[in-house]
Amino acid sequence: MNTSDSEEDSYNERSALVQCESPTIPSYNQDHDVSLPQQTDTKRRRPVSSGLDEPGPVERERASTPDGEEEELTLKYGAKHVIMLFVPVTLCMVVVVATIKSVSFYTEKSSQRLIYTPFEEDPNSVGQRLLNSFLNTIVMISVIVFMTIILVVLYKYRCYKVIHGWLILSSLMLLFWFSFMYLGEVFKTYNVAMDYPTLVMIIWNFGVVGMICIHWKGPLRLQQAYLIVISALMALIFIKYLPEWSAWVILGAISIYDLIAVLCPKGPLRMLVETAQERNEPIFPALIYSSAMVWMVGMADSSNPGSADGRRRNEGGARAQEEEESEDDAAHGGRRRYSAEEDLEEDRGVKLGLGDFIFYSVLVGKAAATGGDWNTTLACFVAILIGLCLTLLLLAIFKKALPALPISITFGLVFYFSTDNLVRPFMDSLAAHQYYI
Amino acid sequence: MTVAVFFGCAFIAFGPAFSLFVFTIARDPLRVIILIAGAFFWLLSLLLSSLVWFISIKASNSQDLRLQRDLLIFGVFFSVLLQEVFRFAYYRLLRKATEGLAAISDEDTSAISVRQMAYVAGLGFGIMSGAFSMINVLSDSLGPGTVGIFGDSQYYFITAALMTLALTLLHTFWGVLFFEGCEKSRWWVIAAVVSLHLLVAGLVSFTWTHTFTVHIHPSHQPQVSSGSGDVSSGCSRRASHYQSITLLFHFHTHRSGYLSL
Repeated sequence: MNTSDSEEDSYNERSALVQCESPTIPSYNQDHDVSLPQQTDTKRRRPVSSGLDEPGPVERERASTPDGEEEELTLKYGAKHVIMLFVPVTLCMVVVVATIKSVSFYTEKSSQRLIYTPFEEDPNSVGQRLLNSFLNTIVMISVIVFMTIILVVLYKYRCYKVIHGWLILSSLMLLFWFSFMYLGEVFKTYNVAMDYPTLVMIIWNFGVVGMICIHWKGPLRLQQAYLIVISALMALIFIKYLPEWSAWVILGAISIYDLIAVLCPKGPLRMLVETAQERNEPIFPALIYSSAMVWMVGMADSSNPGSADGRRRNEGGARAQEEEESEDDAAHGGRRRYSAEEDLEEDRGVKLGLGDFIFYSVLVGKAAATGGDWNTTLACFVAILIGLCLTLLLLAIFKKALPALPISITFGLVFYFSTDNLVRPFMDSLAAHQYYI
Repeated sequence: MTVAVFFGCAFIAFGPAFSLFVFTIARDPLRVIILIAGAFFWLLSLLLSSLVWFISIKASNSQDLRLQRDLLIFGVFFSVLLQEVFRFAYYRLLRKATEGLAAISDEDTSAISVRQMAYVAGLGFGIMSGAFSMINVLSDSLGPGTVGIFGDSQYYFITAALMTLALTLLHTFWGVLFFEGCEKSRWWVIAAVVSLHLLVAGLVSFTWTHTFTVHIHPSHQPQVSSGSGDVSSGCSRRASHYQSITLLFHFHTHRSGYLSL
């Protein structure tokens, strides 16, 4: 099956880890542009999105408190945010591993390949296979780099509608086509009889609610659930259609690319972030998983009953939507008032790009798919979680956008190959003789 | 070899560890992180020890079965020693982290005490050790088959589950004792933990490989427990009490398993 370009792009953008800030609510009298540069206590949070490695605006909210307190606040919140990311990453991996182990479709080798990995791996010759996997990787990475550069260019020249349309197209494909395929395979595995009208209704509802939640407004938990589901679906597609060795080399190469793209001054993602910061606008909607939400307690304004919905909106809201809202705010006047002294509870969160979810799940899923050993899967899982924890620690220290892939994927790869080749024979011998260590 | 066996063995092996996790660890994010990092350290120690074992296997004659078995026993002992080394390394890391946290935070005390960290770290080691021993066995138990059809013990699954349970709890207790020993610089406590671990690992392998009886009389258990329990903190005394009960329990299952052979 050949995936479309929009598909490619949607998973391309990501692998970024950013610390969220609560969005600042522009105060009534100031207009939009003036309030933002002040940045004293609040700053409009930009959903870091997406894109392949969009590191996103990493700025942490500069509290009006001195640095020491800020440090402490960071650390106090640090462990909570790590767990807020552990849970979705774990869920995504559990979904992928459960599917891989039960639905055999995703582990069957098919003759179709993605157009991004054109070279076929010949199982007979090791050298040829290795060479082909490297060539596949080069093709895939160059496609990704190309897409990211196009994205940056489009963003720089303010072609927002094109980007928005692109993203909508790719999430349409994920939510409708891939979930239809997935459901079909699950039904086949469990021999469930299903008629088309029911199926159409299920898929239609699932897809439409997903589109609304991801690109517009929706309850935070539902949006998070949908993001996890689409990451899992994408990871399953990768697991199925990437050839064996190419998948591992691609994982390694993409974490190196992530490192370069986010940290180098001329990296595309860094440029994207900086452009977004200059313009003081959020980057792309719906391609970043956000762990937090802003609660505004005690701000109910009876003059505008619609305001409650807007406040509970999750961070992943569409940029266009936010802009509209800010205009509405100014227009209605007095709807949103922010002041540090009011009872305002903020929960700063962390954002993780969907690409990170996808590649973590690809790694763990491939570990589960190759060989019947659960120890390898468990080892990769723990390694990825520890890598994520370390990355978040670095995020708290450096306070800027960081690539989330390199550390986790490195640990994951090291643990996969060593557990598969070293630990497995050892544990098998121990279990056979019933030795316990 | 049914779903019943699967669930039964899974709950026997992981029930207490899971409930400990749910009731004491799941609420506090810092503890969850320490747990997972503990599991990671155990994994690292296993990795290195299996590397050493693998090299020794490859360097030796693969036809000589007795040599292979002896190398395996050597692997077991080396692995135990390395686990304790990594436990010590984890202790050092946690101490540094607590100092860092305490230095930055307003209150003088950090959010988590060394004892709690010891418990969580021990549980992390235990869960990972148990998971690595048991998960493949569990997944095999789901499929079709007959246990012991070639003359082996038919109680393989249940004894594996019980051993996993014992080891998980033992690791937890050893964690507490070990960290306590490190904190108070009581090196004999550390030596006791290491030797107990070696004893348990060695006893298991010893009992299963040799056909003559190796019984440790139950009355010897209190002596073992009181010896290791003589640490000044009440918490550790309780921990070693539980440890003795676990050891007792473990030896009983051992003997029952042996008798059925």
